[in-house]
Amino acid sequence: MIKARGLRKSFAEVEAVRGIDVDVRRGEAFGFLGPNGAGKSSTMRMIAAVSPPTDGSLEIFGLDPTSHGARIRSRLGVCPQQDTLDTELNVFDNLYIYGRYFGIPRATVRDKAAELLEFVQLTEKAKSRVEELSGGMKRRLTIARSLINSPDLLLLDEPTTGLDPQARHVVWDRLFRLKQQGVTLVLTTHYMDEAEQLCDRLVVMDKGVIVAEGSPLDLISHHSTREVAELRFGVGEHEALADQVHDLGERVEVLPDRLLVYSDDGEETIAKVHERGLSPIAVLVRRSTLEDVFLRLTGRTLVD
Amino acid sequence: MAPSTITPERDQARLSLVEGTLRQFDYWWTVYRRTWQGTLVSSFFTPVFYVLAMGVLLGGFIEGDPARLDGATSYLAFVVPGLIAAQTMQTAIGEVTFPVMGLIKWHRGYYAMIATPLAPVHLVAGTLMFTLFRVATTAAVFIAVLVPFGVFVTWWGVIAVFGVQVLLGMAFATVTYAFSVRVQGDEAFGVFFRLVVFPLFLFSGAFFPIDNLGPVLSWAARLTPLWHGVNLSRMFSVDNVDWSLAAIHVMVLTALMLVGWRLAVAGLVRRLAD
Repeated sequence: MIKARGLRKSFAEVEAVRGIDVDVRRGEAFGFLGPNGAGKSSTMRMIAAVSPPTDGSLEIFGLDPTSHGARIRSRLGVCPQQDTLDTELNVFDNLYIYGRYFGIPRATVRDKAAELLEFVQLTEKAKSRVEELSGGMKRRLTIARSLINSPDLLLLDEPTTGLDPQARHVVWDRLFRLKQQGVTLVLTTHYMDEAEQLCDRLVVMDKGVIVAEGSPLDLISHHSTREVAELRFGVGEHEALADQVHDLGERVEVLPDRLLVYSDDGEETIAKVHERGLSPIAVLVRRSTLEDVFLRLTGRTLVD
Repeated sequence: MAPSTITPERDQARLSLVEGTLRQFDYWWTVYRRTWQGTLVSSFFTPVFYVLAMGVLLGGFIEGDPARLDGATSYLAFVVPGLIAAQTMQTAIGEVTFPVMGLIKWHRGYYAMIATPLAPVHLVAGTLMFTLFRVATTAAVFIAVLVPFGVFVTWWGVIAVFGVQVLLGMAFATVTYAFSVRVQGDEAFGVFFRLVVFPLFLFSGAFFPIDNLGPVLSWAARLTPLWHGVNLSRMFSVDNVDWSLAAIHVMVLTALMLVGWRLAVAGLVRRLAD
């Protein structure tokens, strides 16, 4: 579906994407995980055939986006990071008008719009103006809109950024259903839980390059330990105490508010911490996540 | 939601200009249904008030000497074509300033459109077609209301004046569109309206013959696009046509329209690619 080699995107002063290789196969859910400014959105805009690559090669459906933009876009669904809904129109008209841009006949697009409103649970809101909708409803409407042309490939740029936890789960549920129906999904996110929930395979991006690639589980087992012990001490003590626990796990990360000790048995690690006479204010044992992978690879956290 | 073939251009590399523009018809029709009542005041009542105040009431104090009024037999007959042309300018500019900024920056409708098979050139054409529709309907209603005042000497003059408004409107629309896609925010429009649109309205021969401005300023007025539209409208409404000068007016306005179109498309392509 997507094949990129040495793909680059430069703007006036910054090089947002600095030579990436990506392959996305039919039917998979593929993610770009990285912090803000990693080059994810620039990559998505190139894949969406609206922003020409500065260098490198890019093929979508085997076609070159610079010469076959319209043909590629006719088969894509795009859910942009910022909603681009017409807030003064009602919910149904937003879908209807968008479908017309694809040249879908009026009767067909009406049926399709009704079907999609059902799918995103907005049928009762069909006649409401978009500005009356909650953030989560707008997002679902944007997702419905991106499906109006029955796309072969759905691009989602930060699909749940800015939504409350409950609304995020509703969106994830709908995306999961699409995935089960065989729609190829490509999404960007800076939420590791989102990447873990939705992606079969992902790349971790930082500063315009890919720093790791694989399935969420592969990445975690390859770049992190099974468990993590989080130790919270008094303010400002973490840096100094790191030396006293550094041999208790495979590695130790110092964050401003806690120490992370990576080992395969977190409970055992904490027991040893107490044996050494240290008494953290709070402790927590958890499984490694993609957040830990990112921290390992870049030395920074995903959400600043 | 299996892949289907409901979109017809799956075998086309790019969309034709006509097809791409027509696909926006439903959008602009919806926009029009939502806004037409609001435009009644600015595009109908305001110009009629001007005609009554300037043409009928103020004009009553002015001796109509055809030699000094470009061939018009009354001040009303002189000022009406000027007001029609000025109205055309304002309608055209109104449709391609704040609405275009909204499509780029506020509700970002253009970004939704370019995610579909539509390309920037289609968006420019769609917006300009809607502007053309607004200019044409506004001019048609305004002219129809003014016909009973007896300011049009010939029946074909009425049609010619309407045609001039279409050309003048599109010349202003393309050039202003090219400006709108290059400015960062709507603050620039305030300056544009005060320092460009309003002086054009006052000093482009709509209210008085530009010779009254003196030799230097009258030549400056001849360089403004509105004067070409005003003078052309007036020639046809008072039936005092200098065909070689009329040809120059048409050429100037056509050239502006074409240059404006090129700059508008290039500007939007660059703006949306960032």
